[in-house]
Amino acid sequence: MIMIFGIPGPLLFGQLLLGLINGAFYAMLSLGLAVIFGMLNIINFAHGALFMMGAFAAWMLLNYVGIGYFPALILAPLIVGIFGVILEKTIISRLYKLDHLYGLLLTFGLSLVIEGLFRNAYGSSGLPYRIPDVLQGATDLGFMFMPNYRGWVVLAALVVCLSTWAIIEKTSLGATLRAATENAPLVAAFGVNVPRMVTLTYGAGVALAAFAGVLAAPIYSVNPNMGSNFINTVFAVVVIGGMGSIMGSIVTGFGLGVVEGLTKVFYPQASATVVFVVMVIVLLARPRGLFGKAA
Amino acid sequence: MTISRRSMLTAAAMLPALAPLRPARAQSPVIKIGVLNDLSGPYMNTGGPTSVICVKQAVEEFASANGLTVEVLSADHQNKPDLAVSITRQWFDRDGVDVLMDVPTSSVALAVQSVVKEKNKIFLAVGPATVALTTSQCSPNMITWVYDTYMLAKSTGGAMVKAGGDSWYFLTADYAFGKQLQSDTTGFVKAAGGKVLGSAAYPFPGTTDFSSFLVQAQSSGAKVLGLANAGGDTVNSIKQANEFGVNKSMKIAALLMFINDVHALGLDVAKGLVLTESFYWDLNDGTRSFTNKIRPKSPNNWPNMIHAGCYSATLHYLKVAHAMGAAEAKKSGVDTVNRMKQMPVEDECFGKTTIREDGRHLVPAYLFQVKTPAESKGPWDYYKLQVTTPADEAALPLAEGHCAFIKA
Amino acid sequence: MFGFSRSQSIAFVLMVVLIVVSPFVLYPVFLMRVLCTALFASAFNLMLGYVGLLSFGHAAFFGMGSYVTAWTMKFWHVDASIAIIFGGATGAAFGLVLGYLAIRRSGIYFAMITLALAQMVYFFCLEAPFTGGEDGIQQVPRGYLFGFIDLSNDMTMYWVVAAVFVGGFLMIHRIIHSPFGQVLKGIRENEPRATSLGYRTDDYKLIAFVLSCMLSGVAGGTKALVFGIATLTDVHYSTSGEVVLTTLLGGLGTVFGPAMGALVVTSMENYLAQAGAWVTVIQGAIFMLCVLAFRRGIIGEIGAFFRLAL
Repeated sequence: MIMIFGIPGPLLFGQLLLGLINGAFYAMLSLGLAVIFGMLNIINFAHGALFMMGAFAAWMLLNYVGIGYFPALILAPLIVGIFGVILEKTIISRLYKLDHLYGLLLTFGLSLVIEGLFRNAYGSSGLPYRIPDVLQGATDLGFMFMPNYRGWVVLAALVVCLSTWAIIEKTSLGATLRAATENAPLVAAFGVNVPRMVTLTYGAGVALAAFAGVLAAPIYSVNPNMGSNFINTVFAVVVIGGMGSIMGSIVTGFGLGVVEGLTKVFYPQASATVVFVVMVIVLLARPRGLFGKAA
Repeated sequence: MTISRRSMLTAAAMLPALAPLRPARAQSPVIKIGVLNDLSGPYMNTGGPTSVICVKQAVEEFASANGLTVEVLSADHQNKPDLAVSITRQWFDRDGVDVLMDVPTSSVALAVQSVVKEKNKIFLAVGPATVALTTSQCSPNMITWVYDTYMLAKSTGGAMVKAGGDSWYFLTADYAFGKQLQSDTTGFVKAAGGKVLGSAAYPFPGTTDFSSFLVQAQSSGAKVLGLANAGGDTVNSIKQANEFGVNKSMKIAALLMFINDVHALGLDVAKGLVLTESFYWDLNDGTRSFTNKIRPKSPNNWPNMIHAGCYSATLHYLKVAHAMGAAEAKKSGVDTVNRMKQMPVEDECFGKTTIREDGRHLVPAYLFQVKTPAESKGPWDYYKLQVTTPADEAALPLAEGHCAFIKA
Repeated sequence: MFGFSRSQSIAFVLMVVLIVVSPFVLYPVFLMRVLCTALFASAFNLMLGYVGLLSFGHAAFFGMGSYVTAWTMKFWHVDASIAIIFGGATGAAFGLVLGYLAIRRSGIYFAMITLALAQMVYFFCLEAPFTGGEDGIQQVPRGYLFGFIDLSNDMTMYWVVAAVFVGGFLMIHRIIHSPFGQVLKGIRENEPRATSLGYRTDDYKLIAFVLSCMLSGVAGGTKALVFGIATLTDVHYSTSGEVVLTTLLGGLGTVFGPAMGALVVTSMENYLAQAGAWVTVIQGAIFMLCVLAFRRGIIGEIGAFFRLAL
């Protein structure tokens, strides 16, 4: 057995891999936040609650309608995305004329309402959601047993994140989106329906969160607190990565997951704080974030 | 005009807060029981509304038939010690509550017990786990009713070691309860000649991913994985242990687990797990009869030892209050508790039991194993009984507890 | 005096009258909680209402003040006044450090950074042995004030808390109506212009932040004394959210808003404790309602109706 810094090699590589999986969730969630912030200039505090709704949607689809995991991967984001669109049209759009802080406050209130309602209806113990049969079991990688499902999570997250990045940075739709962020009236003058684009972007960001929720459902119990457990760390990720950059969110998300995983090996009690410590360091050295554009 | 409108508005806003300061005094003294527990958080199903239902059940059965007027109040402490202290003070000072019931979450229980002592009321601590409530923090105003960390450690821990589990690795919630449970269990492991190969303490609350700690546990080579945690953490750690195949190379000891957690996990994940409770609905005719009374009122959440304990404690208290007379029973918490300790306890849930001088209600500890899906023949048919630890052996010996108010 | 306008003076007198009369009618411990929350919210309002910076992590200062006061009372047996001063000093110290890091950014970034920094403080409190983790610091004695006033009597404690609140309230008001306060207002209205006039805006913002944090620490310390307990709830982000809600509901940037908000929110929590999970839902709904339709808050609406600045 190889020993690295006194830690058995298998353990170290195992933790790195696990950190990558955590990072996948951070990446997807901060990506959704970045997309929404980019278009709407709103910090969507409700992101955690919407992530939770995605997990619940998958659970409800399974238990009330009998629809399994793979269709749920598409249906749940769709359902929650539509909910997001409704939210945007009815409530969030009223905030555009106001100071950005009201957006934060409104979505914070929204997260309380959503989480409270689900807690009322389903309690806090957590509801079981089975890993789909085809993804059951583990593969012996030599240095650790990797549960197949977790490997799938990393893969799916990477695919989704990179596709989103590609759509935004490399397609004409993405270009229009980016242009509308910088100068909405000018883009509207070109005949583009900007409000509709804004609404759909919010829906897309929400759908991303819900997709992450479906991925998370078999790993954590489906419970109303799962969103708030993540959201505070994701905020730190976002500050570190810099809000303006899509690729920044992805890289920082995965990166911080790995850092957290390593901390768990060497000094487990600090694993919850390490992301914030990194944030402090980044703030001192480079206030706009690692990939952020100048404030 | 400004002033009068303003004062009217302010007064109107304050109206909901208006409440008389004098404690409630009815014509015939009303006994008030306050059930304080977690109604909305991680312990909602293991205590929560079902506990309140069980308290009300006991009141229904006994009170009016014996000429007692009883009122049951309930509040959510949200697992916050300061909120609990605030509610408890208000209940005692303003609402004339006599008995504080349940209070899960050890840190909360420790906080309120000093208020109970200060006001000379009664605390029937059914929910909290820490054995400190009958040792370093014991009080003549308090009785713990169904379990403590010592009992869990002895029963589950002891059984595991006897079955060949002589090397342990702990996954511990890094706060008072988890640490106490780990240390109590370690005591038993070592006493039986086993050893603890390592432990991982994780930040509580908020940790939902135990995969890295489980990987560490696996690489330690220990035979047993001891879970020194509860509620949602236990459920998550077990699910993830399954995912990582930890259950194939290690036995899992869920040191604190309730039937509601098994229900949340599902039998195909929970099968084979070993745990300790002092009550199971299908244990005997008495428990079945009790459960049939509670089921229609709480169909999705069947009673566990805490729920049964709330019923049992309420019933016993009311019997004593009836014997003393309501007015006498309300006067001094210490005197009423002493009476409760003198009178033997008997009910459907726990049969015939006694309460020890340090405030420990002595009940047997049952070691259960969770059935496989094939073995389960009906709803909530989850447990098979493995070992019974008799009541007097399941609790920490009185001499070792060093409870301050017991004269040696 | 203190820069109150005529209507504000009347309102202030009314408030003092209410404070003096209410403990004979309502439960003093409940009122003390209202007063501590009101002081905390007023301190918070200094940042949000007057400087225009939303700090989403103010619980860190409130909570650290609470812990330090509790600890010094319980283990060092100091005079209650010293313990509260320690609480305030702790709040100020943390405010200096966290403020220094956060002030570099503004608007939403400031909010997010303060939230994240407060989370770090929370996790620190979780691990540090002196805070007692989940148990918190319990059985904190009320002790004596100035060596001879016994605080274990609820009514005596009430008068002390009332004095602390009124003192803090007046101090905040004095800050706002001083030349320093005028500069802060100028910064809120148009920061580049203030900079161009030669003011080092970051320093002004930081000083205001530290003052706000100091008073939050005092509020936290007083609360720990009243209830005899300091716990993790005091540093949790939900407490930060709650103080935002309190100030928003009462009226941002108004003098009496935070106090009114404290009264309403504390009463609501009190009476909804029986309703379990609905408390969160209702709090969230109030938040949303305030942002969408009720941005001026209770006092703001009253003030607008009478065309007064309250």
